[in-house]
Amino acid sequence: MAASLPSDAGLRVNLEVEIPSDVAYIERVVELIRHPCAELAYNAHQLALNVPVALSEAISNAILRANNEDPDKRVRVRAAVDTMRLVVDVQDEGEPFDLDGNIRDATDPLNIEREDGRGLFLMRALMDRVERFDANGSPHGNIVRLILRRA
Amino acid sequence: MSFTIKKEGEIVVVDVEGQLIVGNRQELKQKVLDELERGEKKFLIDFAQTGYIDSSGLGVLVSLSKKIREQGGELRLANLNDDLKTLFELTKLDTLFQISDTRDRALASF
Repeated sequence: MAASLPSDAGLRVNLEVEIPSDVAYIERVVELIRHPCAELAYNAHQLALNVPVALSEAISNAILRANNEDPDKRVRVRAAVDTMRLVVDVQDEGEPFDLDGNIRDATDPLNIEREDGRGLFLMRALMDRVERFDANGSPHGNIVRLILRRA
Repeated sequence: MSFTIKKEGEIVVVDVEGQLIVGNRQELKQKVLDELERGEKKFLIDFAQTGYIDSSGLGVLVSLSKKIREQGGELRLANLNDDLKTLFELTKLDTLFQISDTRDRALASF
């Protein structure tokens, strides 16, 4: 009798990626993190919508708003994926910002024709939790943490 | 990821292949604005081959919709898969755009 494969339940994938402040890198980082989620059987909607869109928003915020596309500043992305959840930390080198201060409702009819203002809204809508921490040590900056339970 | 533009009668059809995100949104915007400047009025963006769209991509669609309307034209969308439909519903952009299930229905709707 063939030995059965061990359960995925014991697996955890840890990834750390560092990129320049250039939006051209975002798609590549999204794919690096989406791949282990697919391996660990996250559902099709999470793989096609929640994970790529929320990650793309968090990384583009770090590059464009926090780091102001400064070529001397980097963005660090750390992801831990197991069969329970995905946790991603996106760290910038920018000034502290208030994640909860941006409360404009992107779906309000007054805002619906605005070109901007949907990034944080989508992160919150597509993830189970979105948090911000100060990045201590060097360099200083912000860490935005995204948490998604596997479905 | 790329954008292919072709004419179907009087309608400019844009196929979005891959993602529509912050890294390539300006390319789409410029291609459509170039056609608008040439006097084209009817635009269809087909998402049959599209992966995901981020907030910058959605923002460009909103911006193009406004600019085309200002010139007396129309922008319509087709072939959103279930996940893209969810994205448009979450952001309520399904109320801003006329969206068809198929390219043929969208072309016939002008």
